Amino acid sequence: MDKTQVLLALAVALFAIGLVGVIVRRNVLVMLMCMELMLNGVNLSLVTFAHQAASNVGAVLVFLVFVVAAAEISIAIPIVLLLVRNKRTLDLSAYTDLKG
Amino acid sequence: MIETLLQNLDTLLLYLFAACALIGALLMLILPQPMRVALALISTMVFLGGVYGLLGVHFIAAFQVLIYVGAVMVFMVYAIMLLDVRDPAYTRSYSKLVVPGVAAGLLFFGALAYGLWNALPDASGPTGATTGASFGLQQFAVAFLNEYWLHFELTSVLLVAAVVAALAVIKVSAAKGAQSPMGTPGRAASGTDTSRRDRG
Repeated sequence: MDKTQVLLALAVALFAIGLVGVIVRRNVLVMLMCMELMLNGVNLSLVTFAHQAASNVGAVLVFLVFVVAAAEISIAIPIVLLLVRNKRTLDLSAYTDLKG
Repeated sequence: MIETLLQNLDTLLLYLFAACALIGALLMLILPQPMRVALALISTMVFLGGVYGLLGVHFIAAFQVLIYVGAVMVFMVYAIMLLDVRDPAYTRSYSKLVVPGVAAGLLFFGALAYGLWNALPDASGPTGATTGASFGLQQFAVAFLNEYWLHFELTSVLLVAAVVAALAVIKVSAAKGAQSPMGTPGRAASGTDTSRRDRG
């Protein structure tokens, strides 16, 4: 088995585990962390492809993903804190009235 | 024996780091407390940084540790420490969708891995994993500022927008908190409820 294949399998596994975590867990912060794990899986696949093709386009994209992740977390954490202040819990089943 | 081990040391380390990253990701699904989940995610990110370093992209490994572990996860750990530990969400950690969620995840992993498995031999073929010519920070910086300068500027705009949005969220919450008679969180929650009712 090739090194590239192993790393791509790891990237897919990280993305799938993050997706399962977002679906299965009910703590809002844990769901956010699972989203970060999905971003990490995508980053790993980008780096693997960039390494395979010996180009730096993938590295540039990874850098942009870093910035997007930082921006996402900087806005998601205050939103979570606001939600917790309203409902006094992190449990996602308390927020079913957000369905509209 | 020792020499062959040393020759393949980087490959062995790569597989070791990959396995550790996978174990950390699996622990994230299992552990109940958010702080332990955060520590598992941090370990996964550090091991992924090691994988990046072994692949030769050292600056991305440094960014991974600096930005993800040093900024994002520290922020997340602060948020966990701010919140109440006696929350019921900390003990009942799984939603009702465990079985369909895990099934969907396995199906997703199978489909994606199958697609990659079929697509990869054509793509990698002769070049696969032998190129190894790592690109340094200088090449990256030149390409970044010559070809991708627009994206670079857009990321700064995005960061400014995120900061402004976070300030706006905090300002909204402060205004709602000021409506309640006391500053306590419980009263603040009831204050937001009445204001919502007034608006409705």
